[in-house]
Amino acid sequence: MCLAIPGKIIEISSDNPDTALIDVVGVRRKVDLGLLQDDRPVAGDWVLIHVGFAMSKISEQDAAEQMETLRMLGESEAAVQEVRGYGLDEPSNRPWDGRNRVEDLE
Amino acid sequence: MPIRFRDPQIEMAHGAGGQASRRLIEGLFAPILFGASAEPLTDAAHVKFDGAQLAITTDSFVVKPIRFPGGSIGELAVNGTANDLAVSGARPEALVVTYIVEAGLRSEILEAEVRAMGTAAQKAGVRIVGGDTKVVEHGKADSMYITTAGIGRALKGVVIDPASVKPGDKILVSGPIGDHGITILLARGELDLEADLTSDTRSVFPLVEVLVRAAGPGVRWMRDPTRGGAATSLNELARDCGLGIVLQEEEIPVRDAVRGACELLGLDPLHIANEGQFLAVVAPEYADAAINALNLTLGGEDARVIGEVREQPTGAVLISTRYGGSRIIDMLVGDPLPRIC
Amino acid sequence: MRFVDEFRQPELIARAAEEIRRLADPTRHYRLMEVCGGHTHAIYRFGLKDVLPDNIELIHGPGCPVCVLPMGRIDDGMSVAQDPNVIFAAFGDMMRVPGTHGSPLEHKARGRDVRIVYSPADALKLARANPDKHVMFFAIGFETTAPSTALTVLRAKAEGVRNFSVFCNHVTIIPAIRAILDSPDMRLDAFIGPGHVSTVIGCRPYEWIAQNEHKPIVVCGFEPLDLLQSIVMLLRQLKAGEAKVENQYKRVVPWEGNRAALRAMGEVFQLRSFFEWRGLGFISQSALRMRDEFSEWDAEQRFSIPGIRVTDPKAAQCGEVLKGVLKPHQCKLFGRECTPEHPIGALMVSSEGSCAAYFNYEHRKQAMVNILSPTA
Repeated sequence: MCLAIPGKIIEISSDNPDTALIDVVGVRRKVDLGLLQDDRPVAGDWVLIHVGFAMSKISEQDAAEQMETLRMLGESEAAVQEVRGYGLDEPSNRPWDGRNRVEDLE
Repeated sequence: MPIRFRDPQIEMAHGAGGQASRRLIEGLFAPILFGASAEPLTDAAHVKFDGAQLAITTDSFVVKPIRFPGGSIGELAVNGTANDLAVSGARPEALVVTYIVEAGLRSEILEAEVRAMGTAAQKAGVRIVGGDTKVVEHGKADSMYITTAGIGRALKGVVIDPASVKPGDKILVSGPIGDHGITILLARGELDLEADLTSDTRSVFPLVEVLVRAAGPGVRWMRDPTRGGAATSLNELARDCGLGIVLQEEEIPVRDAVRGACELLGLDPLHIANEGQFLAVVAPEYADAAINALNLTLGGEDARVIGEVREQPTGAVLISTRYGGSRIIDMLVGDPLPRIC
Repeated sequence: MRFVDEFRQPELIARAAEEIRRLADPTRHYRLMEVCGGHTHAIYRFGLKDVLPDNIELIHGPGCPVCVLPMGRIDDGMSVAQDPNVIFAAFGDMMRVPGTHGSPLEHKARGRDVRIVYSPADALKLARANPDKHVMFFAIGFETTAPSTALTVLRAKAEGVRNFSVFCNHVTIIPAIRAILDSPDMRLDAFIGPGHVSTVIGCRPYEWIAQNEHKPIVVCGFEPLDLLQSIVMLLRQLKAGEAKVENQYKRVVPWEGNRAALRAMGEVFQLRSFFEWRGLGFISQSALRMRDEFSEWDAEQRFSIPGIRVTDPKAAQCGEVLKGVLKPHQCKLFGRECTPEHPIGALMVSSEGSCAAYFNYEHRKQAMVNILSPTA
């Protein structure tokens, strides 16, 4: 299940805030933002698209952190342990990145 | 010869250019019409007349919508026929054309197609020397269907024969794949996708001529990958020559927008139709010269070596990635269908 | 492609594969199940089995919503399509799945109005554009897709579009995982968790797998680096004797899921008391049906559905393959009566089905020697 592709929001429709035009390397489609009404994305945000609906905002910070972790694979085991000690895997220890996440509202 | 076609009814898949099409042609048409001939089926047939060698082909064009970014059914008809002749190793010379037109079609639409055909013929250097027209009831022809028959003159020094393909031979493609099929899919308007894409319809003969000049004795096989895409043509080759084909994924030229549409819809560019590209198998000692010559020719800038022939996997096509992963590329079952899973 | 190409970089893939090799205990045979059919497809598409050591076995799970649908439900959908006033709309994935009287595409060839849509919203659009016809959307999918169907029904109601209904075959993932773990034939070490379902349900619903069943589960993305990183994370847990839920797909999956999506689902759907899954039998509370307030948009209320149970042909072993008990080639019909060209069951049709993946990938590779070495 679940073919979902990252796309960039080009513009939010002026007459319907639940509709946006997204771009995937030059292919454009209207998507429905109704599932993100609690955390509305804006033009320039990247979202995950599945069957014409935006499912989630993509966190550029998390993506960058993941790339960093992957680059460090194969470095010494000690370095890897140090990174794990930062608790990047635990949601409660995630550094604030300015995004309004649901769990932060608890 | 007994017929081997057992499907109870004809489906759209039988016309999609993939396995079902092959089953129909090999299982029904070939045994009845071509008798005991065991020769592999080709794009165009070469026949000898008093020392002259002619190539002859026929094709039919059924496309919806009939006008799309980059072309129309009239152009497809000319270029498609010319290309079948070109990849059989012949210079396209002339064609005859039949229009089957739906009653109720506005005359200006027919006129536009006839003009498009004339222009395409001029561009491709072929003469349209005759034709026929029929009109059928409204609803029976999707605006219009076009069929053609084309003849060409065999090029000297070129013998297209899958049996001559050897392990170590290189696989070339003339340019980016998937443009036509994705353009048509988007033009149908059902998927609500937009992109700056146009059909790649064109006569490939000028590039074939360049290839033959650069690599003549080393050109073993050519094909224009239309319905069913490059995957189908290469699977047919693998089967016809009894060898294996290994492609390098990162070498295959695909435009960004084609890639984007394919990722969104869950399609593989290797299964998508092309109308202005060709595949060729070239002996390794000629491959560099061939690619250089193509890259220097207008329209051939994106030609690439995309793989090679090997002993294994026998009769199959494999695609491999830079990190050592690989998978089988199969012939299409029917039309490529978008998926969500 | 941003957020895609970075996760396909060959050098990083090689590094992750090396780390897996380093972590995997050579005396151990690891059995990791990827629940989600999308992962099955990704593993096959990127040739990831080629970069894993032989003692890591990936077992395909039942997370393919096309594969788990019993044939009777397809027949039910097609029976509505026989009505000349009905437009039958479904995702491309459904089009070649065999029903008793043919697949949707075969019905289309016989003159029924069958249309492929990319989105449930497109099906609603068809209804608006064809006021004299009724559009029935054959809805499939796990929790990833159900919210979009729900939102579409809400929009249909808000706009008063009455010539539109949904034949709901949405299923839920947790009961499927439970059925796997309850199966006596199953021996698994850990789970590669479904990434896109989790964007909706979050990571909490998997906690019982770690706490009660003591199996690690890592919620995983769909690019090669996501899969390899998840396997690294699972191996680390197994090495340390841990069992917890981890989120590898953080850039997209929020730990608490998507509240708005869950709300929409809750507003439109309720759980069926039981539902039949191909191969897994009847599972309680495992599928969705539309609430009574939306009966006008519920195809099972608008049309009389035959509801006949159709069992798979006796020789077809779709069930055991779905559960991961049998490998596809061990099914008696595999490669003979059942191939991608003439499939008997949905596992051979769906691009995520393990049989189709196996047919195109493993089956032929077993016959090959020295594929990637240069020619002599």
